[in-house]
Order: sequence, then C-alpha cells, then structure tokens
Amino acid sequence: MSHKTKMTLLAIGSVVAIGLFLFIGLTGNWQYILERRFTRIVAIAVTGAVIAIATIIFQTITNNRILTPSLIGLDALYQLIQTFIIFFYGSTNLSATNQTINFFLSIGLMIVFALILFKLLFKRGNNIYFLLLIGLIFGTFFQSLSTFMQVLIDPNEFLIVQNRMFASFNNVQTDLLYIAIGIILITLLYLLKFTRYLDVLSLGKSHAVNLGVDYNRVVQQLMVIVAILMAVATALVGPIMFLGILVVNVTYEMFKTYKHSVLILATVFVSIIALVGGQFIIDRMFNFSTTLSVVINLVGGVYFLYLILKENRTW
Amino acid sequence: MVKINDVTKLYGDTAVVDHVSMTIPKGKITSFIGPNGAGKSTLLSIVSRLIAKDEGEVLIDGEEVSMTNNKDLAKKLSILKQANDINVRLTVRQLVSFGRFPYSQGRLTDIDKKMIDSSIHYMELETMENKFLDQLSGGQKQRAYIAMVIAQDTEYILLDEPLNNLDMKHSVQIMKVLRRLADELGKTIVIVLHDVNFASVYSDYIVALRDGKVIKKGPTEEIIRNGVLKEVYDMDIKIQDIDQCRICLYFS
Repeated sequence: MSHKTKMTLLAIGSVVAIGLFLFIGLTGNWQYILERRFTRIVAIAVTGAVIAIATIIFQTITNNRILTPSLIGLDALYQLIQTFIIFFYGSTNLSATNQTINFFLSIGLMIVFALILFKLLFKRGNNIYFLLLIGLIFGTFFQSLSTFMQVLIDPNEFLIVQNRMFASFNNVQTDLLYIAIGIILITLLYLLKFTRYLDVLSLGKSHAVNLGVDYNRVVQQLMVIVAILMAVATALVGPIMFLGILVVNVTYEMFKTYKHSVLILATVFVSIIALVGGQFIIDRMFNFSTTLSVVINLVGGVYFLYLILKENRTW
Repeated sequence: MVKINDVTKLYGDTAVVDHVSMTIPKGKITSFIGPNGAGKSTLLSIVSRLIAKDEGEVLIDGEEVSMTNNKDLAKKLSILKQANDINVRLTVRQLVSFGRFPYSQGRLTDIDKKMIDSSIHYMELETMENKFLDQLSGGQKQRAYIAMVIAQDTEYILLDEPLNNLDMKHSVQIMKVLRRLADELGKTIVIVLHDVNFASVYSDYIVALRDGKVIKKGPTEEIIRNGVLKEVYDMDIKIQDIDQCRICLYFS
C-alpha cells in the first residue's frame, strides 16, 4: 500500500469513528445530545492530535522512540497543583471548583516551570539528556509531594484528587475548549517555521549541524513548543501518559518513513481513531464503568513493555 | 583557506587541544595523525563547529566559524564523524538526498536531483541506491555517507577516521576517492587517520599531534621520519621506501 492509500484509509477511519460517536443512539432531545457530544468529540480530537504531535517532535529531538514528553515532569506538576489546591484550600474552594481558574492556573504554572527549566539548562550548554534527567528528578519530586499530601487529606477529598489524576473528556467546558484551541493553533503556526528541520534533526545532532541547522536554537524552540502543547492538553483533560508513545509508534510501524510531513498528519489520524474509538466503546459498551485513560494506559503500558523487550532483543 | 589561531579546548582543567595554530592549504589532503587522546577528533569537531572552543579562533575564508550563518557554512564545509549511527531507516538515495538540505531546505529541485545522481555515481552506488543502510556492509555504508558529503558539494570536507572498521580493500578504495576529490574537483580535505601508512601514501600534508599540541606539521615527506614519529608515538619506527611510498614498519 502506498502512503497515500494508507493516509486516505486513516482519514476515512477518523471520520467514521467521529460519525459513530456523534450519531449512534441519538434519541430523545437530539439537539441537546448532539451539542454535548460535539463538545466532547472536539476535546477528544484536539487533545489526541496535540499529544501525538508533541510526542513525535519530542522523539525526533531526542532520537529515541520510547520516550514521552511527560519526562519533562509536566504531568507530575499538574498532579501536584491539583493536590496542592485541595490540600490547602479544600475541594469547595473556588480554584478547585471553578474550571476556568483551575485551567489557567495549571497552564500558567506548567509553562513557567518548563521555561525556567529550559532557561537554566540551556544556559550551560545544550545537553538534552541532562535536561531529561533533571525533568525526571523534578517529576519524581512532584509526585512524592503529591502522594505525601494525598495520604494526609480527608478520604472524600482524596476521591476528588484521584478523579483528576486521570484524563477525562466527560466534563470539558466549551469556552475553555475554544481558548485551548486558540493557544494550540498559535503554537502550531509557530511550529510551521521549524517543520522542515525535523527530518534533518532525526539524523542526530552532528548530521543536523553539518547540514546547516542552527541546532541549539531550533531544539530550544521546539522544546518550548512541546511544553506548551503538553501543558494545554494536560490542563484541558488531565494527564494521559501512554497515548503519545502508543499512537506515534503505531504510526512509525504503519508508515516506515522518516518524512515528518507524512508522520505528523498520520499520527494525528491514528490518535483520533484510538481516542474516539476508545471513548465510543467505553461509553456505549461499558456504560462509563471505566475511563478512557485507564484503558489507554493499560494498552499503552503493555505496548511500551513490548517495545522495550523488542529493543532488548535487537542488541 | 582554513586558519586555526591559538585554539584551546578544556575539559575541566585538562586542555585536550592546547594553543593549536595552523593553516590548512587549499585543494590538498591534510591528515591529522597522533596517538589516542591527542585531540585530533576534537580539533576537527572544533573546526566544523560541532564543539565550541574555549579560546582562539577558526577562520574559514576569513570568517570566524562560530559567527558564520549555519546555512551558508553548510554550503562551504562538511563534516563526517566516525560514529554515524542513524536511528531512522533510510535508503542510500534518501541519505544522499539529505546532503542537499543546505540548498533545498528539503524540497529537491532538478539541480539537486542531478547532484544526487552524480554523487551516487561517483561512489559507484547505483546498484544499491534503493537498499536500506542497515542492509549494507560497513564499507558500503561508509561510501554512502561519503556520497552524502559529496552531494553537499562543499569546498572543505572534514572526515573523522573514515577508515574505522574497514578492511584493506575498502580503505584503499575510500582513500583513492578522496584523492580524486582533491585532484579532480579541487576539494580541500582534512582527515583524521590512525594508520600512518595511509597518511603517508595518500596525503599532501600531515599534522602530527600529541597531548593536544602540534608536534610538527608540514609536507608528508618531512613528517614521515623516524625522529618525528618517535616523538609522536613514542615508538621506534623503521621507515622504508617501497615503490616510491614511504612505509612505516611499526609492527615489531
């Protein structure tokens, strides 16, 4: 199959998945239902696309197919913010209940954290692995702090915290969604400036420099883009850990190519199919008895183990 | 012309390249020789801006390397490192096409395609241009990388141990290609070599380094001498003329 046929199939698959999700079982007050479903489907599609794009860029920068951008520690920071708010102000406090405040607070803190981290580390040379190591340490630190606070709070409050630790598309607010889309579109426009460098970056640092890429500047800008995309997606629906790795690697397997023009578009479709299809199954077949991110993390985790074992064998 | 002025690179307190100055002549092959840890590869990486230097300046056609626009420099100077493991799966042709990136920024024109064809032809890779790199032998792979450098069409070509892990036949083949690049196309080639005999037979100039310092530099016949090599390698090396080549016997 050529790339074009595969891409067309993926596009059709995405449309079918979205169609199924929107129109199956549409009874009663259909206008209301459709409107609700529409908001959810947009949230799902946007988050899926954004996470997939961020993961592909991140893996290209690091030249590693089993890393995810959550290594920078943003997911853990988000969990810490949520726990912190409920620990100190209680679940009835405005910043805990009001989604808008919570959204901007989370986004702001995550981006500020990422920028400070990058600023500090890029000043002393540009070692991307050192950055990941520091990110990992911060992530663990944030997680430990969260756990510490979680064991101290009231069990009822803990349930609320726990709810927020998994991504959920069920109660995304429409106005926040549009703000998020706005931020994402601006970021993606900025990304367009750098897309032609992505293919070359995947050859590794010395080849990229040799071929005239201003490596340090380009990598820094791309990392900022990744951080913003991840922050927006996480603040909107919560952390989805393995989605990126899962869909991006499925895309690599399907399209055995290095061309990012193909990869990025394809991974967006794969991501939409995975998320929308998954959500459809959970809604209609499991009657909401579990959340999508639990399933994604399960499937993704298993796939991740498979990847590690596969890599292991090739050595 | 490449001019290196008083360049120093420190790792912690140790200078791996210690106040090195030299001028690399145009259109010739210059070899860097010296024992492990002499700073040959580091110096090459500094000249090609892969590593930042701590002191001194590297001028290429009168312009400081670290200040030059990256895109322009990539049309003038290319570098091939010794470890070239690429994580992506590429065919020979795709790899060589990357050599045109400084000109095309990813969108290949007809001129680019012609250059790619002629580089593949130059390295005699036509029969395997659609094979994946991981299906090739070490020698074929090295030729593919050199084809990419040729496609980049730069005046200066820097190669870091291009003969690493190659057998005699492939080493000779690659050195002959480099010789042709210098003689026919007038390229300036700087190359790090471990085998003194390859340096002796194929290069015009040799720079002998040890402990980050230049021990001696000059035309090949001035360097391939018992006294100089003793100072560089700390070994008594017998030198004999065989078929007009100065061959070093360092095996016993």
